[in-house]
Amino acid sequence: MNHLTSETFDDNARAALDDVQLRGALRNATSLFGKRRLAAAAGLQNWEELRNRARSIKDDVLLHLDQYLEQFVANAESRGAKFHWARDASEANAIICKLIQDRGGRKIVKSKSMTTEETHLNVALEAAGMQVVETDLGEYIIQLAEETPSHIIVPAIHKTKRQISELFTSELGIPPTDDVDKLTATARATLRDRFAEADVGISGVNFGIAETGTILIVENEGNIRLTTSLPRTHIAVMGIEKVLPRFADVDVFLKLLPRSGTGQRLTTYQSFITGVKQNAADEGPDELHVVILDNGRSRMLAHPITRQSLACIRCGACLNACPVYQQIGGHAYGSVYPGPIGAVITPQLVGLKKTAQLPYASSLCGACREVCPVKIDIPQLLLHLRSEITEASVNKRRSEQFAFKLWARVMTSNWLYRMSGEVGRLFQRFVVHNGKIGKLEKAGILAPPLAAWTSGRDLRPIEKKTFRERWHSELKRHD
Amino acid sequence: MLVSLFVTCLVDQLWSSVGVSSVEVLRRVGCEVQFDDRQTCCSQPAFNTGYRDEARQVGRRFIEVFESGNADAIVTPSGSCAAMVHHLPELFSSDEHWQKRARLIADRTFELSSFLVRVLNRDDVGASWPGRLTWHDACHGLRDLNIKTEPRRLISKVRGAEFVELDNADSCCGFGGTFSVKYPEISLAILDQKIEAIERAKVDAVISGDASCLMQIGGRLSRKGSKVRVMHIAELLASKA
Repeated sequence: MNHLTSETFDDNARAALDDVQLRGALRNATSLFGKRRLAAAAGLQNWEELRNRARSIKDDVLLHLDQYLEQFVANAESRGAKFHWARDASEANAIICKLIQDRGGRKIVKSKSMTTEETHLNVALEAAGMQVVETDLGEYIIQLAEETPSHIIVPAIHKTKRQISELFTSELGIPPTDDVDKLTATARATLRDRFAEADVGISGVNFGIAETGTILIVENEGNIRLTTSLPRTHIAVMGIEKVLPRFADVDVFLKLLPRSGTGQRLTTYQSFITGVKQNAADEGPDELHVVILDNGRSRMLAHPITRQSLACIRCGACLNACPVYQQIGGHAYGSVYPGPIGAVITPQLVGLKKTAQLPYASSLCGACREVCPVKIDIPQLLLHLRSEITEASVNKRRSEQFAFKLWARVMTSNWLYRMSGEVGRLFQRFVVHNGKIGKLEKAGILAPPLAAWTSGRDLRPIEKKTFRERWHSELKRHD
Repeated sequence: MLVSLFVTCLVDQLWSSVGVSSVEVLRRVGCEVQFDDRQTCCSQPAFNTGYRDEARQVGRRFIEVFESGNADAIVTPSGSCAAMVHHLPELFSSDEHWQKRARLIADRTFELSSFLVRVLNRDDVGASWPGRLTWHDACHGLRDLNIKTEPRRLISKVRGAEFVELDNADSCCGFGGTFSVKYPEISLAILDQKIEAIERAKVDAVISGDASCLMQIGGRLSRKGSKVRVMHIAELLASKA
């Protein structure tokens, strides 16, 4: 499996559009999750109030992040947790590899974590000779298929039942079946053995509560509960932005996150982990290590507009709502985080140079902002990033730059504006038939936008009489 | 009420009947209409593509032209361009002088259907149109200006018209300005969902509040040889069967 990059977004998207199975799977899944989210949100009368509260909690956290992080660390340490700070992905991976090696560990179970996808932790662990097994069903499927997640909370959203059956037949040796329960039971049975033999469990973190030093992780399959309780060592990886001030804040976010993500009123499991077991006779891991990751987040924190990117709670609602994501899915973005929030976060994490297409991969329809439980103004962020891209002149955009300079001249001059219309009217004579402009393949070099537009749509020609001409000849006299 | 019409560059050049209809409807409800023929564009294409300097040049021109009139309101037959005018203060966020001027202009700029219903409190403008029709919520009007009930109220009062809701009326048509030419294949894939919904609705016409969406939808319908026509809400409201 060769993984796609953001640099070839346009080609990736075209390939995705040609994939009939993918588009069918996406259409079903995104519309189902969209409907469930709407119904779940409608079930709470104070949905808007909750969104506002969640956002103001996040804004407060981001303004005082240093204080809340220190409080979180101090409280968790007092209960026996150990902390490690990682500036970037490679530091995080090195810390984790060393922790495991120092304990003579080799077998690792992992629960679903976008943050460890971001750091490509599995690659690092395997390079260090360790065996890693993803234990979330979707992630497990993806790992068997040697692919990457295509959705933040539904990693295998792009796969059909049939594709999964074929995968299990070839990788796990079961007879082909379209019985979902059988497929799930097969994965469950295989994973139970992996849990039992694992030396270390690695998880992400949904929320870190400063007031109590508690980590909260939500899930539906019970695999996180096992990952964080069976092995003797638990390593949790969290971004610096995941901290919440008070335990009571959990109430707000537990109402918003499951409803926005899967349309559930609550996830099946909520694991609250506060340090390690306090008595040797208790159950649970002997050690808890928390790796706190920056990896570009403090850059986002620095600017008042980009700061809101860090309010994201990774619910995935914006992916399901996005008309672009609905058509092309997650892999086309060529980034760990796909969809609208991915198009915002990725360029900030890895730089604009290789990701300059992503902020443009949006019609700016605003559906993402409408569903976001923490009211991130994603269109505003996309526009901000677009302006950074043009100002930094990332990639060769000379013809576009020239076109907009010319456009600004035309739009600030009466004379040029009228003349441009006249010139257009003069030249369009060659291409207007039956009152419309049809397919203009040959315009590709002369006027690429015209060729692109007419590839699938007819174009209205410039009017014989513009409105301003009609104003003077037909309308003005009435006044 | 004295209204200054911002017709938009798109309507001026490509769809003059939308402008003519807007004038007719506004006059019918008792407004006096001005048109300053120095107006060009609201600056949106540059702003949305990331060319803020160019957007500011055109934005300043827009402000100057509309400051010079004495109209009570600036009305435009476009939710998208009206929304851009409301974004102008943000475009001048580091220039207090222009930001102030932008805010004064934005405060009295309205999209046509919301102006009729919210400001003039009129939902019956005496229109009649025989046929079955549906409404497409253009994104910027819907999500930036919260225009949803206003056009539906206006349409419900059109004599002879049978209104049906479109499936996913509030989902994007895939236009998105430069998006439609940067990623034409994605734009068309999104558009075809809209076209399917329109075909299912079995209507004679699709109405919307933005000429840009209607060019996208109409261009595809025309390419597919469909008999369904696209009509701007100003055209519908101006019609008298």
